[in-house]
Formats: sequence, structure tokens, C-alpha cells
Amino acid sequence: MMRAAYSFVAGMVLALGLATGTPGMAQEERSTAPYAYRQLDDPAKEEQAQDLMETLRCLQCQGQSIADSDAPIAGSMRSLVRERIAAGEEPEAIRSWLIERYGDYVSYAPRITGLTWPLFAVPAVLVLLAFLLLRRRFGAKADEGGEA
Amino acid sequence: MIAELGLAALWLAAALAALQLVSGSLGLTRRGTAMSGVVRPLAVVQGLLALLAFGCLIYVFAVTDLSVKLVAANSHSMKPLVFKIAGAWGNHEGSMLLWVTVMGMAGAVVALVEKRLPEPTMLATLAGQAFVSLGFYAFLLLSSNPFERLSPVPPEGNGLNPLLQDLGLAFHPPTLYLGYVGLSVAFSFAIGALITREVGPAFARAMRPWVLGAWIFLTIGITAGSYWAYYELGWGGWWFWDPVENASLMPWLAATALLHSASVLASRNALRAWTIMLGVVAFSMSMIGTFLVRSGILTSVHAFAVDPERGTFILGLLAIYIGGALTLFALRAATVTEGKRFALVSREGALVFNNVMLSAILGIVLFGTLYPLLAEAMGAKVSVGPPYFNPMSALFAVPMLVVLAVGPLLRWRRDKFARVGKALVIPAMLVAVAGIAVVMIGGVSLLPFLGLVLAVGLAWASFLPLRDRNLRRTPLPVWGMVIAHFGIAVALFGMSCESAFTVEKLVAVRTGDITEVGPWGVKLDAIEPVAGPNWTALEARLLVRYGPDGKVTRMLPQSRSFWAPPQQTSESALLTRWNGQLYAVLGGEGEDGRWQLRLWWKPFVPLIWIGGLLIALGGVFALIGRVKSDVRRLVAKGRIADRHEGEAQLGMRP
Repeated sequence: MMRAAYSFVAGMVLALGLATGTPGMAQEERSTAPYAYRQLDDPAKEEQAQDLMETLRCLQCQGQSIADSDAPIAGSMRSLVRERIAAGEEPEAIRSWLIERYGDYVSYAPRITGLTWPLFAVPAVLVLLAFLLLRRRFGAKADEGGEA
Repeated sequence: MIAELGLAALWLAAALAALQLVSGSLGLTRRGTAMSGVVRPLAVVQGLLALLAFGCLIYVFAVTDLSVKLVAANSHSMKPLVFKIAGAWGNHEGSMLLWVTVMGMAGAVVALVEKRLPEPTMLATLAGQAFVSLGFYAFLLLSSNPFERLSPVPPEGNGLNPLLQDLGLAFHPPTLYLGYVGLSVAFSFAIGALITREVGPAFARAMRPWVLGAWIFLTIGITAGSYWAYYELGWGGWWFWDPVENASLMPWLAATALLHSASVLASRNALRAWTIMLGVVAFSMSMIGTFLVRSGILTSVHAFAVDPERGTFILGLLAIYIGGALTLFALRAATVTEGKRFALVSREGALVFNNVMLSAILGIVLFGTLYPLLAEAMGAKVSVGPPYFNPMSALFAVPMLVVLAVGPLLRWRRDKFARVGKALVIPAMLVAVAGIAVVMIGGVSLLPFLGLVLAVGLAWASFLPLRDRNLRRTPLPVWGMVIAHFGIAVALFGMSCESAFTVEKLVAVRTGDITEVGPWGVKLDAIEPVAGPNWTALEARLLVRYGPDGKVTRMLPQSRSFWAPPQQTSESALLTRWNGQLYAVLGGEGEDGRWQLRLWWKPFVPLIWIGGLLIALGGVFALIGRVKSDVRRLVAKGRIADRHEGEAQLGMRP
């Protein structure tokens, strides 16, 4: 990826926009939320949290999940996810709560809504199309072959 | 002075491209045949001029001529020389110049070596190539002049983003560009063949080396980019379904399909229309990729709307080329028949199936990448990421991989499963055994499970085409196919293992503390400051050990601070064993004096990139094999021609 060249750099520039004036602050910029860089003690719960974090978008970065970003907001969101999972909340409930607050943008797993239905219609159409294409190509001919 | 020389060369090259287009087109008409002789020389000189312009740009970057705006904006006198030079194409203008240079050189090579096609088809092809180049010259000269001067001359340049100051990355964009441009040659061949109604095996053979070459570069580019993201971004991820990654994946998918359908056309004279269509699609994907990356639309649709010049230009070019090609295709479609017919159970049948599957995956990646942009234009923001792309592409990838195991064993035209069934018993058993083993290990979700079992079966099946062959006399392209298919199995195994068995550990430790991740014990031995040419860093000395009595090894992850421009990066440290990689990153210092460490044990993860390289290596074998037999045929033809001439001269012909 030229991810580096573009999205990531653009993201860094955006994210570090505040820091350019005060480069010395860079260290303090990391999130200090309790579970930003700390795993849950229960491995099963940590895995649940990790799976969820990988599908949530860091709102400050360019195209990164909160599970792979050093941005402060990603840290805070990681901490929030871990705390809620630890409190026994279901991952999908946390996702819905975040979507309610930040909009669909925050979740990498699109829900089926009035806006996103084409995303799910397209694969279905592609399956159908592939089927028809292959049938047209071979279906008729199998008959032909049968007759011959 | 050098900058002006470069600009002049660029204008001249553009003028020659225009001339090449006109004379090539005229050469096709009855009255213009006189013009046809100049087309090839024009293509060669045009390529050399573009190369000269690119050389000039490299020179101004190498000497850091700050009176050139592009250098001042992207370079710095204190940078190591190799990064100064790489900086020449690490920006928008320079990378577009690289694009036209590679395109010009490719046109020159086609003009010099391609002698198999009928002359009119060659003229149409070179005219098509000139037409495409002309658009990019216009783009460069009118909206992104790389040689623009700056006054007053600044005392120092802005520097290059430290993330980009990496050897792998310096050569990553050129690799992808070589791929994109190779597909532009395939596109020109398709146009040439369509215009002159010469869609047949000869066209496919002429196009194939270019598609193969493009595909090899794309494969290497994607593999290298993925590894770069893996070690440089510091979070252990290797593929993000990021739009910029998808921009390089889409042409690859199209080129993979094109490669296979071109070989059906070359050896069986079937799939004519489909091959032409894929030729057009593959280049469209290159251009869409360029548009996505270059227009700034990815940062935000609004950023694009504020400064739409570049993006609109590329979109305009895209519309002209693709719209034009499709119109031509529609006009000619009636005269391009599908060619020879074949049964479902045949080599062609399997290849068609996989072509359709690849196209469907391409459709999903394309739509999933563009939809957020569409939605944003309509006023809503959505994200489409791995939870969408993984299952949706697997929907088509899984049947494709199954057919991939069988297809190469089938005969052309018509075959029976019963004939190849016996050979597939072992891979089928391997799949079953692997399935049971993974279920017993437990905790593996569906996609990695499917990936693991398919990888095991495919690894064996990929060698089956060699089973009845004399290995010494097996043609190189067959070896190429076997290696590339085996590479897919290897990469798939790596991906699935990474996804299923990675162990992650985030800890805060004091010097002297020991922590464990998977089978590894990790001790933070010391934290020390170190300095590089344009950065300072804190370096952690980690002592690591595999198992309770393994050898103790040092790992040195760093947290670096660059000063031009000021930025922090984490340099991860990797330790590779035969069965995986240990990945260590040094984070920040906590208030209580403890240090953040991020550690991952990733079993078999290097196989992802080893597999990618094997795929590319297979391509190289196939390319060498094809080019060798092409050369042999050319030489033989020359000899026969000579003999005929000699016989004629001696008056010995009956």
C-alpha cells in the first residue's frame, strides 16, 4: 500500500495537527485511559474485546481501526470497549451504542439500512450474475452435447 | 537549467506522442500508408525523451535544487542520498512523471521488438498507446508540472515524511507503477486488435508477456506493501482493506483473470470477447486506482470538492479511455465471436469459472471501496471494512480455490472427472485430516478454518500437474503455474494461521521484568537513547527466549523522533523462527516509570509474504518460458525466410 503515502500520512498530519506547535508534547499525547494499553485479565473477554476493536474505526485517523492506532481517541475507545466488555455487556450492544453516538462511520461492519442495502445487494446480484453467465456458457451446451 | 531541460523534453515527448497518434491513425487509411514508417521510430524517441525528463528530475532531487518548487516541498538537504533520489517519485508530480516515463519506455520496447502482429494492428496499437500517453502528458504539463520554479529560493526544504524514509517504500510505488503501465500496454493491444479485427491467438501471444510482466510487478508490489505496513505501522496488521490497498488489489485481480483468459485465447482460440473485455477492465482498474490515490478523494469527498482539478482531470481521462474503449467494443462486438467452444468439464471450463469468480471478487472490492465515497457524496458517512470484505470475498474465493485444485489436471476442450478423480484422493484426505486437526485444536472461526484446510489440500494438488511428466522436459510455463498455485496455498496458510493463532500481549514493565507471550519469555533488559542521521530514539533491549530452554536472543525495538518534519514513529523489532515471528514494539513511558510493550507471537505469518513471492516467481518462470519460445520461433522464422531467399537466388526452387 501506498496507504503510507496517502491515507496514513494524511491521517498522521490530521492527527498530529495539534502536536506540530508543541512537538515535545508527543509523548503526553497517548491516551491515559486505564485500558487503552492494558488487556483484560480474562482471556476470553479480552478476545471478545479485541474482535470488536478490530471492527471499530478510529475517528481521528485515516482508515485505521482502534485496535491499530496510537491516536488518543483510539486509546480512549479501546478502554471504553474493554471496560464495557468487562462489565458483561454484549459486543454488539457496545457497537450499537457507539453507532448511536458517532454514527455509522464508526463501525467497519456496515448494518443493513436504507443507506447501505446496496452493499448487500451487490454480492447477491454478483452471485446471480455469475450463475447466469456460467449457465449461459455451459447449460445450453450440455444439452447440445447430450443430443449429439 | 536542468529543470528547464526536463520540462522541454517533456513538452517534446508530448508533441511526439501527438504525432505518433496522428501518423499511426493515418497509417491505417489507404492514403496514409506513407506515414506508417515513422510510427515506430516516433515511439522510441518519445520514450527516450520521457526518460530524459525523469533523469532531470532525479538530478534536481539528488543535488537538492531548492529553487524547484517540488524539491523544496518534498526534500531536505540533510536527508540520506538514497532517500533524496527516492523522494523524486515519492510525491504526486514526480510519480506521474514516473508513470509517463515507464509508459513511454514500454511503448518504445513494443515498437522495437513486436514483429508478430500484422502491421496495421501494430499501428493501431502504437496509436492507442500514444493516445493514452498523451492524456497523461497533458495531465502532467497542464496541472502538475514537476519542474515549476520557486522564487524566492527557500533556505531549506520541508523534508519527507519519516514513514516514507524506508528502503522498501522507496521502491514500492515504482513497482506498482510498472504493473499499472504494463496493463496500459495490454489495453493498447486490445484496442489495436479490436480496431483491425484481429482478435486471435497471435494477439493473445503478443499481449501475454506484458500482462505477465505487469502481473509480476503488481504481485511483488502488493506483497512488499503488505510487509511494509506490517512492520512499519507497528500494530502487526498486514492487510486492512484500506482503499489505497484495494486500489492496488483491483488491478491485480483483473490482471490475474486476464492472464488466464489470454492463455486460453493463445492456445485454444476461445474466449475472444471476454479477453478483450478483461484487457479494458484491467487498465480501468489501474486508472481507478490512480484516481483514488491521486485525487485526494480518500481524505474526504469534501477535500476533493474544494480542489477538484487533479481528480477531475483523471476522471476525465478515465471517461475518455474507458468510455471510448467500451464504445469501440460495442461497435465491434458483433464481429468478435467467442471463438472455439468447449464443455463445462474441461481446462477452459475451469478457467472460465475462475475468471467469473475473480471478476465477482473484483466487483465486491470495487463496490465496497467506492460505496463510502458515494454515501459521503449523498451526505452520509459509512465505513466498509474487514467484516464486510472478508466474508463477501470468501463467498467467491472458496469455490475458486476448490476449482483451482482440479482445473490444471483437466484436458482442453472436454474431459471427465473420473479421469482425474484418483489423483485428487490424497489432497481430499489431507483436507479431511486438516479439518479434524483444526477442530480438535478448537477456537478457530469459520474463515480461517476454511483457509487452513483448503491451503493444505491445494498445496498438494498444485503439484499434481507434474505427476505424469518427465520433470526435465516439463516446459517452464508449467513449472510457473505449479509454483504460483503452490504460492497461493502457502500465502493462504500464512493468512489463516495469523488470523487463527496470533497471541497478543500488551504490558507495562519495569527494567528487569519478565513477561510471557505464547511460547516466548521476554525480559526488558534496558532502555537506552540512540541517534540516527535525522532522528533520535529510545531503544529497548529485550532478551527473549523460545520455550523454557531456548537460546536467548536480543531484540531492539525503538521509539523514534524525527525532526524534519517533527514526528514520532515506532520501529518494531521482529524475530523470525521457522514456525513464526515474534513482533515487539516499544510504546510510551507510564507515570510510574514502567514502559509499555506490545508483543505478538504470530505463528507462520512470514508464509503470507513468502507465498506472495512464490506467486511472483511462478510468473517469472512463465514469462521466461514464453519469451524463450517466442524468440526461438522468431529465429526459426528468420532462418526459413533466409533459406527461401537463398533457394530463390540459386534458382533451385521447383
